[in-house]
Amino acid sequence: MRNLINAKRRDVLKSLMGLVAGLFVPKSIMAEKDQQKRFDWADDSIHYDPHDHKWGMGIDIDNCIGCGRCSAACKIENDVPREPFFFRTWVERYHILENGETIIDSPNGAIDGFNKKPDEEDVLRSFFVPKLCNHCDNPPCVQVCPVGATYESADGVVLVDSEYCIGCSYCIQACPYGARFLHPVTRTAEKCTFCYHRIVRGNDPACVEACPTQARIFGELEQKASPLHRFKRMNRIGVLKPALNTEPKVFYAHLDMEVK
Amino acid sequence: MDELIQHLYPLLKSVTGYIYPNEIELHWGLLVSLYPYLTGLVAGAFILASLVKVFNVKELQPTYRLSMLTALAFLIVAPLPLLLHLGHPEKSYEIFLTPNTNSAMAMFGFVYAWYLMAVLLLELWFDYRKDMVIIAKSSRGLKKWFYKILSLFSKDISDKSVAFDHKAVRIITIIGIPSAFLLHGYVGFIFGSIKANPWWSSVLMPIVFLFSAIVSGIAMVLLLYMVITPIRKQQLDMICLDKLASYLFYIMIVDFSLEVLDFIHRVYESEESIKILASMVQTKLFGSLVIIQVIMGMILPLATIAGVKIFKVPADLRKLLYFMSAILVQIGIFSTRWNVVVGGQLFSKSFMGLTTYKMTFFGLEGLLISITLLIMPFFILWILMKILPPGGSETQEAAIQVPSP
Repeated sequence: MRNLINAKRRDVLKSLMGLVAGLFVPKSIMAEKDQQKRFDWADDSIHYDPHDHKWGMGIDIDNCIGCGRCSAACKIENDVPREPFFFRTWVERYHILENGETIIDSPNGAIDGFNKKPDEEDVLRSFFVPKLCNHCDNPPCVQVCPVGATYESADGVVLVDSEYCIGCSYCIQACPYGARFLHPVTRTAEKCTFCYHRIVRGNDPACVEACPTQARIFGELEQKASPLHRFKRMNRIGVLKPALNTEPKVFYAHLDMEVK
Repeated sequence: MDELIQHLYPLLKSVTGYIYPNEIELHWGLLVSLYPYLTGLVAGAFILASLVKVFNVKELQPTYRLSMLTALAFLIVAPLPLLLHLGHPEKSYEIFLTPNTNSAMAMFGFVYAWYLMAVLLLELWFDYRKDMVIIAKSSRGLKKWFYKILSLFSKDISDKSVAFDHKAVRIITIIGIPSAFLLHGYVGFIFGSIKANPWWSSVLMPIVFLFSAIVSGIAMVLLLYMVITPIRKQQLDMICLDKLASYLFYIMIVDFSLEVLDFIHRVYESEESIKILASMVQTKLFGSLVIIQVIMGMILPLATIAGVKIFKVPADLRKLLYFMSAILVQIGIFSTRWNVVVGGQLFSKSFMGLTTYKMTFFGLEGLLISITLLIMPFFILWILMKILPPGGSETQEAAIQVPSP
C-alpha cells in the first residue's frame, strides 16, 4: 500500500515536472526564433551581425571648431524635429573666465554655429564640446524603462523600440546627460542611435561624416586596428560624469574639468 | 506640429544659466505630481484603519470603515493621472505583459494590483460580509441580487462565521501594513533611485514619502469624518477626533524631522549640485516649498495642534482648529509632491541653470483634468458609502424605510 502511494506520488511529481518543463518549451523555441529574426534584415543588401561589433565614439575637443555641422547633419539624417527643443546631438561652447566663472551656451544646439562673441573680456580658456548619447555600458535609461523598450544592443548601441515605448519619460529623467527627448509627434522617447541605419551598412554616423575637422571618430572599440582604438591609445581620455558609473562609450580627448 | 510645441518657445526666455537643449520641455508635470499625492492618501488612510484592527486603538473605531472606503476610493483614481500622462496610454498593458524586471516603474502594476485585490478589496469584503448578507436578505429584486453577488452568495452569518470574518480582517490588515508601506515607499523609490537627479536621489526618499503619506491620509480621514458625520446627522465623537489629531501630530513630527534631516544632510555634504539646488529653493521653489510646504503645511498646523494640546481649548474651537490644520496639511502635502516631482526638473542636470514649468488650464496636462481627478475620489467615496454604509446594515435599512410614504 505504502509503495503504491509512493509510486503514485512519484507519478504525480513526474507529470508535474513535465508540465513545468513544458511551459518553457514554447519560450525557448520563440527565443530561437527571435535570434533568427534579429539578423533577418528587411534590406537584403545588409549582412550585419551585432555580435561581431562593439561601437563607440571618440571626440577630440581640441579639434572641434563649433561649426555645428554635426548637429545640422543629424537633424536632417534622422528627421529630428527642427525646433530648438529636440536634439540627438548638439555642441556646447565653454568660456572659463579669469574669476573662475564658467559660461556655457549652445544656441539652437549650434546648428547655425556660434555667431555672437562673448561679452566678457577676461576669458581664461574657451572650447567647444560636442554632446550626444553616451551609449553607456551601464545605462540608467535601460534600467528604468518599465517595458524594456530601450535596450543595449549586442554591438553596444543603446536603442529605443518605438513600437514598445509607452512614452512614460522615465528614461529621460534617468539620463544624466540630457541626451533624450520625447518626440512631439510620435510621443515616444528618442535619442542618438549612432545612425544605426548607416552603421549596419558599413557607413559612419552622419555627424562623423559631416565634421570638417575630424573631431569625431567612430569605430570599433575591441579591434586594435580601428581608428577609435588608436584614438584611445594616443590621447588622454575622459568621459562625462564618471562618478555616476554609467560607463560611457563616448570618449573625450582633452576634456576640461569644467565640462558638465 | 506647430501647435504641439508652441508652448515651449516662451520658456526659452525664462531659462537662467545654461540647461541642456532637450531639457526645455518638462516631462512630468501636474499629473505626475497627483499620482504620489493620491497613492499617499491611500496608504495613509489604510494605515489609520489598521491602527484600529491591529493595534486596537478603540477610540478610532468610528473612522475605521471610513478610512477603508477612502483608501479604496483614492486607489481607484490613483493610476489615472499616470495613464493620462503617458505618451501612449493604449500601450500601457505592456507593463504587465513584458515588464522590465530591473525597472522600478514596471513593478507599479503588480504592487497596485496586489494592494487593490489582496488587501483592500479582500479586507472590505470580510468586514462587510455580514452586512451584505443581511441587506441581501432584507431587500428585493435587483438590489437583492446586487448584494447577493457582492457577498459572493455567502449566507452564513452565524457567530462562528462572523468570528472568522473578524479573524480574516485582522490577518489581512497585518499583511496590509507592509503592503501599504510597500505601495508608497515604492513610489518614493521611483524617484529616490534616479542617480542622475540629485534632488530625487536620496535613500530617505521612500521613508519621507511614507511618513508624509500617513500624515496626508490621517488628515484626509479627519476632514472627511468632520464633514460626513454631520451630513449623516450623527454626533462627532470628540475622543476619536482628539485621537486623530494626536496621531496626526506625532506622525507630522516624524515626517518633519526626516525632512529636516534630509535638508541638513544635503547642506552639510555640500555636493556638486548644492549651488544649483540652493538657487532653485531660493527662487523658483521659494513659494511652494518654503512658504506653502514648510511654513503653511507643516509648522503652522504643528503649532496649532500643539497649542490645542497645551491649552484647554473648548470643543467647538478645537474642531475648527483641527479642521483648519487638516486642510493646511493637505495643501502642504500636495505641495511636497509638487516640489519633488516638478522641482526635480526645474534645474538642469548640467547643474548650470534653471528652467520654468508653465501650467496650462486645458489639455491633458492641464489644471482642469487634475481638478477633475482630485474630485473623482470623493464622488467614488460617496457611491461606495451608499453601497457599503459605514454604519452597517442598520443604517441601510433605516435609509430605505425613511422615504417610503
